[in-house]
Amino acid sequence: MNSPLLPIIIPFAFAILLMFAPKQLMFQRIGAMIGAILTVGASVWLLQKVATDGIQVVTFGSWPVPYGITMVSDMVSILFVLTSSIITLFAIWYSYRTIGVGREQFFYYPGILLMLVGVNGAFTTGDIFNLFVFFEVLLMASYLLSVLGGEKIQFRESIKYILVNVVSSAFFVITVAMLYSVVGTLNMADIAQKVSEVNQPGILTAIAIMLLVVFGLKAAIFPLFFWLPSSYSGPPLPVLALFGALLTKVGVYAIMRTFTLFFVGDIAFTHTLLLYLSVATIVVGCIGALAVWDVKKIIIYNIVIAVGVILYGIATYNDTGLLGSMFYVVHDMLIKAALFFLVGIIIYITGQTNLKKMGGLMKHYPSLGWLYLIAAFSLAGIPPLSGFIGKMLLVKGGFEAEQTASSIWILLSSLIVLLSVIRIFVYAFWGKEKETTPINRSVYWQLWIPTALLVALTIVYGVGADAVMPYMAKAAETLANPQIYIDAVKGGQ
Amino acid sequence: MEILMAFVIGFLFFAAIYLILSKSLLRIIIGTGLLSHGAHMLILTMGGLGSDAPPVLADGVSNSSMADPLPQALILTAIVISFGVTAFFLVLAYRAYQELKTDNIDEMRGEEHDE
Amino acid sequence: MKLNNVIMRTMTQMVFFIIFLFSIHIFLAGHFAPGGGFVGGLLMSCAIVLLLITFDLKTVQNLLPINYMVLTASGLALALLTACISAFAGEAFFTHYFDYFTLPLLGKTELHTAMLFDTGVYLVVVGVTMIIIQSIGGDE
Repeated sequence: MNSPLLPIIIPFAFAILLMFAPKQLMFQRIGAMIGAILTVGASVWLLQKVATDGIQVVTFGSWPVPYGITMVSDMVSILFVLTSSIITLFAIWYSYRTIGVGREQFFYYPGILLMLVGVNGAFTTGDIFNLFVFFEVLLMASYLLSVLGGEKIQFRESIKYILVNVVSSAFFVITVAMLYSVVGTLNMADIAQKVSEVNQPGILTAIAIMLLVVFGLKAAIFPLFFWLPSSYSGPPLPVLALFGALLTKVGVYAIMRTFTLFFVGDIAFTHTLLLYLSVATIVVGCIGALAVWDVKKIIIYNIVIAVGVILYGIATYNDTGLLGSMFYVVHDMLIKAALFFLVGIIIYITGQTNLKKMGGLMKHYPSLGWLYLIAAFSLAGIPPLSGFIGKMLLVKGGFEAEQTASSIWILLSSLIVLLSVIRIFVYAFWGKEKETTPINRSVYWQLWIPTALLVALTIVYGVGADAVMPYMAKAAETLANPQIYIDAVKGGQ
Repeated sequence: MEILMAFVIGFLFFAAIYLILSKSLLRIIIGTGLLSHGAHMLILTMGGLGSDAPPVLADGVSNSSMADPLPQALILTAIVISFGVTAFFLVLAYRAYQELKTDNIDEMRGEEHDE
Repeated sequence: MKLNNVIMRTMTQMVFFIIFLFSIHIFLAGHFAPGGGFVGGLLMSCAIVLLLITFDLKTVQNLLPINYMVLTASGLALALLTACISAFAGEAFFTHYFDYFTLPLLGKTELHTAMLFDTGVYLVVVGVTMIIIQSIGGDE
């Protein structure tokens, strides 16, 4: 009955264990790896359980449902949980050679595992205030990870990152207070039921917009993305990959959950707003991705584009669009992590992030070049790679919702995404060879292997879409019919 | 009472925003502290004021006269979290001051590497 | 920073134990009266801070040779294990158990698993607060 908690408790227990001996390098590395593997295993098991037995619900302390804190594992949340756990596993593997012993001996791995606790908790919880608590858990861990190492740029950027998040957390508390005073409950299923009973009056739409501001700050939607490019350029690459793949997606998940569960009474206003915001988010992301010459920042702006694309599916709010969103979000988490890993290898070889000063890597590192090309094509959505199916469903959903112009824009944005990532390929791998400091080949392969496995995983995800589709369809069904979620939470126990 | 609380909360938010918009890092941290205080007061007010008995079903306490325990639990949680975040922020500000030799947020702009 | 103040030093040696005992009292009062692990832990760290102000960091380290990171980790472990007890027993996570026991000296006493959880909170609060204070006050 406590199965939804496993992906949260396992990393937490391992994080505590690792805190006892921070200086033991092998203990830290092996412990973190075992913790991550067990979390992935538990998530896979839970995925099967949700697929066969339906939504899993547990309420803390055996309280009756609207009073206790509920944890709910439905298909949507478990897919997010599984993807996050897999990415964390790869990030830990990739960290061995890149992060540096100093950080490893200063609570780097406990920080990563605690962030996974927060992320998995936020995906699983069925209580809006508990969502805030898990947000804070993952934010605290992300603060630690972003300053760890103590370089000047890290201090400078972390201060802004923390300030933005502290203000947004205060805003979250304010919004929860408002919501509580209107509906008198914090349980998400209970809120959904009460909102639908009172037919969503204006005050609830106002609260919906406040929640959109809070989650939008986390997810970096237009116009709240301003903090993301500079804050994410501070931390080292494995941390950046984790942030880029997981943290913004927590915000996206929260928007997905609240705008399909609570606020479905005034779709003409809320979801139209979401539609405009998602299109605007893609526009600014595209401009940013084409304008910068820093390889890290090109991928960072691609996060913004992807958030817009995923939101678009939520905004169209029909079965096809939601299915596309679910499919695309899992694809995007995997491929973003892989791209950050690849960019990390490029930076490791060339020793810098400026694209103009790179060139000719193809001659000595063809394995890296081809891997990058596959990942880039997958990101842009070239069939049969995984980005294609998600985007196709999203655009189909857009046409079904009779949003022709914005659907075509989504298609066009794929070309811009392709252009922005191929720019890295053209400048870094082609052209005249630039002088680089000689590097250790064995380190190169140790970074290449986890990256290649992750890229292979996205290929399997794309080619084997038929096998994944039943899970995705179930997730989209849960999103499209809030009653399934409400019945599972309130009827169960 | 609600009117008075509205003014108090409004004043806290006003002071917090003023401080957060200032240049000194220490003032900004104090501002975030005030912001979370305002938010906690808001939870208390939104949970309903007026019923003053402790939320324990003892003799002479009825359902209508006892205070709502939930906002208090929420505030306690939020206080603990803001305590932790503020403490972390203070340590970070101190270390950043040592490293960057300034507490002026204006001097912490990122340099643009792109031509 | 070292204050060579005789009155302060003498008083601190007594007051430290008073605050310590009071923090234990507040901690134990927790379940039915105001108090609990968080407040108790903060009081305890206040007592240690008082020592830090009166004596210097090194003396206090010798007096209380505690690794606060290990203290925090043990507190977290205790809290997590307590919450897991009910999961092992096949009930929902965090389920609370209590019973009445007759203890020597105290007589009939009510014991809760929540108490164990609160002990964990107490340790975490002391540990975290002291880590923060040490990292700011550590270097002059």
